[in-house]
Amino acid sequence: MISSMQTSRWNAILVPVLAVILGLLVGAVLMLLMGYDPIAGYSSVFQGIFGNSYFIGETLRAVTPLIFAGLAVAFAFRTGLFNIGVEGQFIVGQLAAAWVGASWDLPPGLHAAVAVLVAMVAAGVYAGIAGWLKARLGVHEVITTIMLNYVALFGSNYVIRTMLKGATERSKDILPSASLQSEWLTNLFEGARINWGLLLALIFVLISYWLLMKTTTGYELRAVGFNPHASEYAGMNVPKNIFLAMLVSGMFAGIGGATDVLGVNGNMAISAGFTGIGFDGIAVALIGNNNPFGVIFGALLFGGLSFGADNMQRVEGIPTESIQIVISMVIYFVAASSLIKWLLGKFRRRQGV
Amino acid sequence: MPAVVEMLGITKRFNGFTANDNINLVVEKGEIHALLGENGAGKSTLMNTLFGLYQPEEGEIRIRGERVKITDPNMANRLGIGMVHQHFMLVEPFTVTENIILGMEPRKGAKIDIEKAERHVQELSDRYGLRVDPRAKIEDISVGMQQRVEILKTLYRGAEILIFDEPTAVLTPQEIGELMEIMKNLVSEGKTIIFITHKLKEIMAVCDRCTIIRKGKYIDAVSISKTNVDELASKMVGRHVTFEVDKTPAHPKEPVLQIKDLVVEGNRGASALRGLNLEVKAGEILGIAGIEGNGQTELIEAITGLRKVKSGSVLLNGKPLENRKPREIVESGVGHIPEDRHKHGLVLDYSIGENMVLQTYYKSPFAKRGVLRYNAIYEYARKLIQQFDVRTPSEFTPARALSGGNQQKGIIAREVDRNPDLLIAAQPTRGLDVGAIEFIHKKLIEQRDAGKAVLLLSLELDEVLNVSDRIAVIYEGEIVGIVDPAETDHDQLGLMMAGGGKGGK
Repeated sequence: MISSMQTSRWNAILVPVLAVILGLLVGAVLMLLMGYDPIAGYSSVFQGIFGNSYFIGETLRAVTPLIFAGLAVAFAFRTGLFNIGVEGQFIVGQLAAAWVGASWDLPPGLHAAVAVLVAMVAAGVYAGIAGWLKARLGVHEVITTIMLNYVALFGSNYVIRTMLKGATERSKDILPSASLQSEWLTNLFEGARINWGLLLALIFVLISYWLLMKTTTGYELRAVGFNPHASEYAGMNVPKNIFLAMLVSGMFAGIGGATDVLGVNGNMAISAGFTGIGFDGIAVALIGNNNPFGVIFGALLFGGLSFGADNMQRVEGIPTESIQIVISMVIYFVAASSLIKWLLGKFRRRQGV
Repeated sequence: MPAVVEMLGITKRFNGFTANDNINLVVEKGEIHALLGENGAGKSTLMNTLFGLYQPEEGEIRIRGERVKITDPNMANRLGIGMVHQHFMLVEPFTVTENIILGMEPRKGAKIDIEKAERHVQELSDRYGLRVDPRAKIEDISVGMQQRVEILKTLYRGAEILIFDEPTAVLTPQEIGELMEIMKNLVSEGKTIIFITHKLKEIMAVCDRCTIIRKGKYIDAVSISKTNVDELASKMVGRHVTFEVDKTPAHPKEPVLQIKDLVVEGNRGASALRGLNLEVKAGEILGIAGIEGNGQTELIEAITGLRKVKSGSVLLNGKPLENRKPREIVESGVGHIPEDRHKHGLVLDYSIGENMVLQTYYKSPFAKRGVLRYNAIYEYARKLIQQFDVRTPSEFTPARALSGGNQQKGIIAREVDRNPDLLIAAQPTRGLDVGAIEFIHKKLIEQRDAGKAVLLLSLELDEVLNVSDRIAVIYEGEIVGIVDPAETDHDQLGLMMAGGGKGGK
């Protein structure tokens, strides 16, 4: 029994790793079929991620919002909720940060902190709407959060156009005092837009894990997620916990949006479509097994492959879509993890382990 | 004539664990043969081997004298073996007939010949006295009738040998009686039945012979006419077991729970409790007898704060409880062993250790300023696991991985150790084997002797009669009588439970 516990812990790590390898293999076969050299392809992806410090810095820049989006999805999932609205909450976070960053006047550093905080609260409350609807009226969160994504997208476009308009189709630039950019980091990575947002992301990975696993609040949230009936019998307030879970999940998404505005672009664009980051968060959380630390792994993989794919197209002329397929296959193999576990079981039995 | 089923020297291992160790089972044609063993003794493994779900490592199976290798359930079906599963495998929105023909639909051209199927189902139902309406939808019929549909399913497929996997676990006492009749009808029509159970009275009532296994090993095969409950029990458990619950007379003191004119609505809006009055005193076990659905569930939910009280009062030690939050009620001294331990008693994905603090996780010493102290939690869990003999590999094992009896012991440990003034036990021994039942009854009586009030709800009349100091009979949301267990019997209780007869004082 003890050994079976160790096996399951091993599987938690082994399954995603094997899924990645299988995904890469499928991608390689695909490149061969299309007449490309997969070894050259993958090495150009590798180059595109690790080739020089600019690439490394830009990869980490791309990974940062994915960590937040993954944390948001994973946190909700661990509490029994499927938050598809991370996209919308991310946008609300962007808008709030852009507004505070451009319109408030505060000392450097403090200004950035306040902007992040406001974005966090705004996105949390926004997600809380879906949580409240579920807790009080039993409306399924998948429906409400999808709808709220559109409200966030078009609502924020309207707000930028009417109240925050800067040059061209963008919001006013944020004041330098609200910036999360760091000259030191940028120089270290040869001009890449890596910023303090990454550090924030890592801090919030720890906070998320601590909140979920080490506090009484997390104990309640997880219990309600696993079994609301038993939780109610044990005296927990189920509606309160559902609301709280969505609130916290949205907060993670909101900080992600804030770091994007304050750390990378300096403003928010009027956009016809979604950023996609919130939806990618679902895949990131899935690859990371809904574990906060796993989310780092998922975001690195997802962000790294997507970013490195550009280099592959530049250097080898292999379309970036082939990497999208690799990512999809990885997600597929993670989702079909029972298949991998079954294969592992067969392998272990043959080894007589 | 050779025996219809012979399983000889069957051995089945899983990853080094031997679930069946050289087991023999010989079943003659036309008999009801009991397969008796505690939870986890290897009964299900043996039957799954016969049904083709597992392949044995050693041993041989003969059907009607012919040596066979049963590779899958379809092959078992062809050999005339049918299984009535404990957990029904029925499609709820489908009709009885649609469920029965699923997978082998009779056709007329490209269409399913549903009328022919219905006629066939009706015929089978009549022949064996199953009383099933072929056109009824599964979701509309009772659990007992759903089980009869499962029986029909095997008969429709031409089963001659029927395996019943703990069929009575989900049934009311009335339905159990009906099932026994059906089993007798089936064998009188030439069928053979293997009856998996750990309920000794049922074996005595209906079986011809009984094979006993214990911890994966074959113990004995006996003729029911030449044995008795005590012998079967000690063979099953491996030691002497007492059925007479060992207890001294109660010394009831002041009332702990007082319920006056309680009115509560049921799920469909109608009143489930209609002015119920009840009193439970310190130092006594009050048993509630009744047929399922007469307001027992609503009564518990009203006391524990899970259901709104429309009118009337619930007092605990003189203080009102009605319409308070579940947590306030828990903290004011109510312990609850819920009827459905998976749904209401445990968070199955939590470790057994985490489950031990399900109501107290936020209190010292388990938490300090909102941060859990897992050392204290698991230390406490270890203590309870040891005290209450919860068999688990460790306190970190998920509750889901424990057997039903050990899950229940975990819940009882948690509830009893909080030392509540009132302990509510709803069907505390449902689905458990005699060893676990004995243990749980002992714990309830210990609580009573420690001067606590115990409210016991059970659908098993024997349990109510043996454990309670007083019995209240509930019928259609009211207590229709209170009787002394020493002065009553099954017949009188049964009559009162059905709404007839007058109560005692």
